Amino acid sequence: MAPDKPQHILLPVRMSTIITSFAAALLLMFLPWNDVRLVPDFVAVVLVFWCVHQPRLVGLGVGWLIGLVADAGNGVLLGQHALAYALLAFFAITLSRRILWFSPWYQALHVAPMLIFAEAVVMLVRLATGAPLPGWSILVAPLVGAALWPLVAWLLLLPQRRALEAGSL
Amino acid sequence: MEHTPPPFFKRGPAPVVRLAFFASLSLALLVLDARFGYVEGLRDGLALAAYPFQKIATAPVAIARRTAEFFVSQEKLQAENSTLRAELLDTARDAQRYETAASELAQLRRLSEMRVRLERRTIPAEVLYSGRDPYDYKVILDKGSQHAVAAGSPVIDADGIVGQVTRVHTLVSEVTLLTDKAQAIPVQVTRNGLRAVAFGAGASGTIELRFLPANADVRNGDRLVTSGIDGSYPPGLAVALVVHVERDAAEAFARVICEPVAGVERSRYVLVLSGGEALPAYPTADTERGSMRGGSRRARRGSKRGAR
Repeated sequence: MAPDKPQHILLPVRMSTIITSFAAALLLMFLPWNDVRLVPDFVAVVLVFWCVHQPRLVGLGVGWLIGLVADAGNGVLLGQHALAYALLAFFAITLSRRILWFSPWYQALHVAPMLIFAEAVVMLVRLATGAPLPGWSILVAPLVGAALWPLVAWLLLLPQRRALEAGSL
Repeated sequence: MEHTPPPFFKRGPAPVVRLAFFASLSLALLVLDARFGYVEGLRDGLALAAYPFQKIATAPVAIARRTAEFFVSQEKLQAENSTLRAELLDTARDAQRYETAASELAQLRRLSEMRVRLERRTIPAEVLYSGRDPYDYKVILDKGSQHAVAAGSPVIDADGIVGQVTRVHTLVSEVTLLTDKAQAIPVQVTRNGLRAVAFGAGASGTIELRFLPANADVRNGDRLVTSGIDGSYPPGLAVALVVHVERDAAEAFARVICEPVAGVERSRYVLVLSGGEALPAYPTADTERGSMRGGSRRARRGSKRGAR
């Protein structure tokens, strides 16, 4: 909790910001990465961000639909990411009032278990269809994603900051 | 329940209800996809929706590469040019010899009334990206059913087999790599003609020969090529080199580890070989007796042997 820090009143969010951020996350997901094991699930991080900050605009339905696109683009079972993202959105919305009280790094500590849970859901689905156990390396991506949370939160809140801050100095 | 105050704002169904709805929807989709494969149409539509993202995501890399190519020094280009010329001469000689040998072989085959092997059409393709999925080994190619790519076609690079096309969308297609655990390929040891089936070994990036007896004649350094008896891979394509053979008296089978010769996880440009040979129909009695997969494979082999 940070009661001593100044709290700024943000501008209302624009729909275009949300859509652009999801498009950018999908782009990052489809980049030709060298080792996909180390790359965090950007779509999941952006989804958690909007579910925490705008639970009325972005929720389970959006998460589910984007999960379907991610499934088709990655060539995995249809519904696997959709299920994980719907659960992720649910937890993010449930925890949204609590998370916003904390500073970005403490928020990241809340986000990490959520991302790990989403990864675990995907793993359970894959195990049910006969895939072998993937090993501990699948924990890396969610942890990297959580570590990126402060940066993502700062970037995505930029369009809502007022220009006054700079002018008042 | 009667103690909850009336809601001030209309927010639709409670989150738990929504969660139950979407979770059951995804589970239904998962079952439909995994068990019955009913959702291919939906998947095709969604893949089309994801295509612009895939294309734009890979564009900066392509542009960066093109820019880097633009600034190559002339010296380097000339050196490359001369080595390429030398290689071209070399391969031209090989190609002539191959042509002579191929026509001779065709003639001999015609003489002995064997089937003339069809030449396969090749479709050059580029790897767009590898799927974000740590459980299987797949890459996405930039050619789809619009470019006449068909599911089941083998995919090769300059050195050998890379994998097999397992799913085709309108504009892109998915290739399961040799190293995937579910990928099997019939091979033959070039030294002695021993036939075997190679399976992917997953994360280690190797493949292994399973079900070879402990006394099978396989050595380190043996070259494996496709045997071509399954009908989907043409015979004689390089697959792997044997790097490790372990014979344990306690076990019935030898443990043979091989390394793929193609750049399975590195190649950017690949060729899809389309238009496989038409196989004779499976004998029905055999497929009824065996289990689905093993039965059909056995039946296929049987019919091939019968045809020769």
